[in-house]
Amino acid sequence: MNNSIVVVILASAVAYGTPLLYAALGELLAERSGVLNLGVEGMMLIGAVMGFLAVQRVGGAAGLVLPAAIAVAALAGAAAALILAFLVITLRANQIVSGLALTILAGAAGLSSYIGNDFDLSTDPARYSFAPVNAFGLQDVPIVGPIVFGQNWLVYASWLCVVAVSLYLSRTRPGLNVRAVGEAPAAADAMGISVTKYRYLHTLAGGAFAGVGGACYSLAITPQWQDGLTSGAGWIAIALVIFAFWRADLCLVGAYVFGAFSALPFTLQARGVTVAPELFQALPYLMTIVVLVIVSSGIAKRRLSAPASLGVPYVREER
Amino acid sequence: MSMPQVRIEKRLNQRRWLMVAVPVGSFLVALVLIAILLVTTGHPPVSTFRRLFDAGYLADGALTSTLIAATPLAFTGLAAAAAFRMRLFNIGAEGQLYFGAIGAAGIALFLHGQSTVVLIAAMIAAGAALGAAWGAIPGLLRAFLNTNEIITSLMLNYVAALFLNYLIFDSLSYWRDTSPAARVFPQGKVLPDAATWPVSTLGSIGIPFGFLLAAAVAVGIWFLYTRTRFGFEAQVIGDSPRAARYAGMRTRRKIVAIMALSGGVAGVGGASQIGDFRHVLDVKGMEQASYGYAGIVVAALARYNPFAVVLVAVLLGGLQNAGYALQGADFPSGLVGVMQGLILFAMLGGELLVQYRVTLSRRVPLASLEAEAAG
Repeated sequence: MNNSIVVVILASAVAYGTPLLYAALGELLAERSGVLNLGVEGMMLIGAVMGFLAVQRVGGAAGLVLPAAIAVAALAGAAAALILAFLVITLRANQIVSGLALTILAGAAGLSSYIGNDFDLSTDPARYSFAPVNAFGLQDVPIVGPIVFGQNWLVYASWLCVVAVSLYLSRTRPGLNVRAVGEAPAAADAMGISVTKYRYLHTLAGGAFAGVGGACYSLAITPQWQDGLTSGAGWIAIALVIFAFWRADLCLVGAYVFGAFSALPFTLQARGVTVAPELFQALPYLMTIVVLVIVSSGIAKRRLSAPASLGVPYVREER
Repeated sequence: MSMPQVRIEKRLNQRRWLMVAVPVGSFLVALVLIAILLVTTGHPPVSTFRRLFDAGYLADGALTSTLIAATPLAFTGLAAAAAFRMRLFNIGAEGQLYFGAIGAAGIALFLHGQSTVVLIAAMIAAGAALGAAWGAIPGLLRAFLNTNEIITSLMLNYVAALFLNYLIFDSLSYWRDTSPAARVFPQGKVLPDAATWPVSTLGSIGIPFGFLLAAAVAVGIWFLYTRTRFGFEAQVIGDSPRAARYAGMRTRRKIVAIMALSGGVAGVGGASQIGDFRHVLDVKGMEQASYGYAGIVVAALARYNPFAVVLVAVLLGGLQNAGYALQGADFPSGLVGVMQGLILFAMLGGELLVQYRVTLSRRVPLASLEAEAAG
C-alpha cells in the first residue's frame, strides 16, 4: 500500500516542496514588512553553496556538522539580503531592479558559482547529508507513514517554522507591528514603531530562510553542489507567497501543491506512463496568475491582497 | 555628548556635474569591491581585469562577438525601458523573447524557399507579433482587472520557457527535427540558409543586422516618447494616473498598447536571436543566457533612456562575451555575474547622491540645550 503511486507522489511532494516552503516563509516575512525581494533565487544559491562548503570543510560528527551548516546557510542568506536591505531601505533604490541585481550578483552565473568553483565543490558529493528519519517508528504506518513520518529533519523543522511564523504574525506584538509597517508605514511610524528597523530585520530573516531553503537542495535533495542547482525555485517561492494570500499556513499547502506538480511527471514516467512534464509544471504558474487576478479584483481584495505598501520605500519627510 | 546623524534630503535642483561624476564613481567603487573579492580568493586583480577587457573589447574579433552578445541585451533593455517610461514593470521580456523566437523560427521554416528579404521581413513581423501578444496578456490583466503586471509577466516567463521545452523535447512539433539523425538528442529544425540575417562590416568589426535594427528601435522609442501625443499621454498616465484621468486620457488601452509594444520589441529580439545567431530554435542556449532579466539591468543602468540602453548593452555585452571567451580552469567562473551585480548595486546606490543630499549633522541632546538656556 505504501508503494502505491499516490503515496509516493505525496511523499515526494513534501520532499520537493520543503525548500520552496522555507524560501516562501522568508519572502512572506519580508513582504509583510513591505519589502518585495526578488533576489530569493540568489539568496537560496548562496545559502546552498555556503552550507555545502561548511559540510565539506568543517570537521566533526554529522550531528554537529549538519546543524552548523544550516546555520552557515542561514547567515549567508541573511548577508546577501543585507545588501538588498541597505539599498532599498536606506538608499531607497528601486526594489525590483535591486532584487534582480541580487539574483544576478549571487546567482547561477555569479557569486555562488564563483565560490563553488574556487573551493572546487562540484567534484565530491556531500560528506554528510540529511537522510530520512523514521520518526517515532511510524514510517511503516499505512499511507501517512511515508508521507509524514519518513522525512528528513529539515522537513520536520519546516513544520515548526510554519507554526512559529503563523503565530508570530497573528499573535505577537512584534508580528502585528510588522503587518502595520507593511500596510501603513506612516501610521506605524506615528505609533513609535521603527519602520526601518522592522524592514531590515524581516528582510534579513527572509534571507536566512531562503538560505536554509537553498541548503535543502545541496544537503538533502541532491545532495551535492552544482551551479544553479535550485533551478528557479526562488522564483516559484515568490509566486507561492501570492498563491498563499500572504499567510504562513497556506504557504505550506501551496509548497506541497507546487512540489507535487514538479514531482508528478517523473513519478509517472518511472511507472511507464508518458506525459509531457511541461504541462504539469506550467500549472502552478498559471494558477498563481489566476489567484493574483482574484486577489486583486473586487471582493477578495480587502482580506486577501498584498500588504498595501509592498514595494514602496518609506520616506518620513514625504509622507 | 552629541550623536552624529545622517540626514537625507531631496535635492531641489539636480547638479549637472553629479550626473557624470556619480556613475563614474559608482563604477570605480564596484571595481574596487571586485578587486577585493579577487585578492581575498587569491586571484591577481589587475591581470584579471586586463584579460577581461582584452577579451571583451580589444582582441581580434572581440568587438564582433561583443556586438553579437549585445544585440539581445539591447532589445530586452529597450523593451524594459519602453514599458518603464509609463511606470509599467514588464519583467516578462524573457518569455516575450522566447515567443518572438518561436514565431520567427516557425515562419522561416514555413516560408522555405523564399528570398532573404521576404524571410527577414516575415521573421521580424512574426517575432514582433508573438512577442506583443505574449506581452499584451499582463497588459490586459493590469488594465482591466488591476492585476500587478510585475508578477504576472514573471509567471508567464516560466510558462513560455516550458512551452519552448515542450516544442523541442516533448512533442513532435513543427519546430522539432524529427529526422532519424536527431533522435538521440532532440533539437530544432535548422532554418533555410536564406533566413540568415546579413552582417555588415565596419573596418574589421562585423555588425549583426539585429544590432542595427535595435538602434532603429531605440530611435523609434525616443521619437514615440518625445515627439508624439501618444507617448506624452503614456508618460502622464505613468507619472500621475489621476491627472491623466481628469484630462480624459484613455488609460486602459494605453497600458495594453505599451505592454504590447514592450513585448513586441523583446519579440524582435527573439527573431534576431534566430536570424542573426542561432538559426535553430535553441532552447537551452536561450534559457541559459537569460537575456530578459539582464535587459532590465541594462535599462536600469541606462536610466531608461533608449540611446543609453544601446550603449550599456554594448558595454555589458563585452563583459558577457569576455566571460564566455575566458571560460576555463584558470579564470574564475561566475566573475562576470558578480561584476554585473556589483556595478548595478553601486550605480543604484550612487543614484541616491544625485537625487538626495546626504549630510552629517549633530543632534544636540535636549539636556545640553536646557543647560545652555539656564546658563
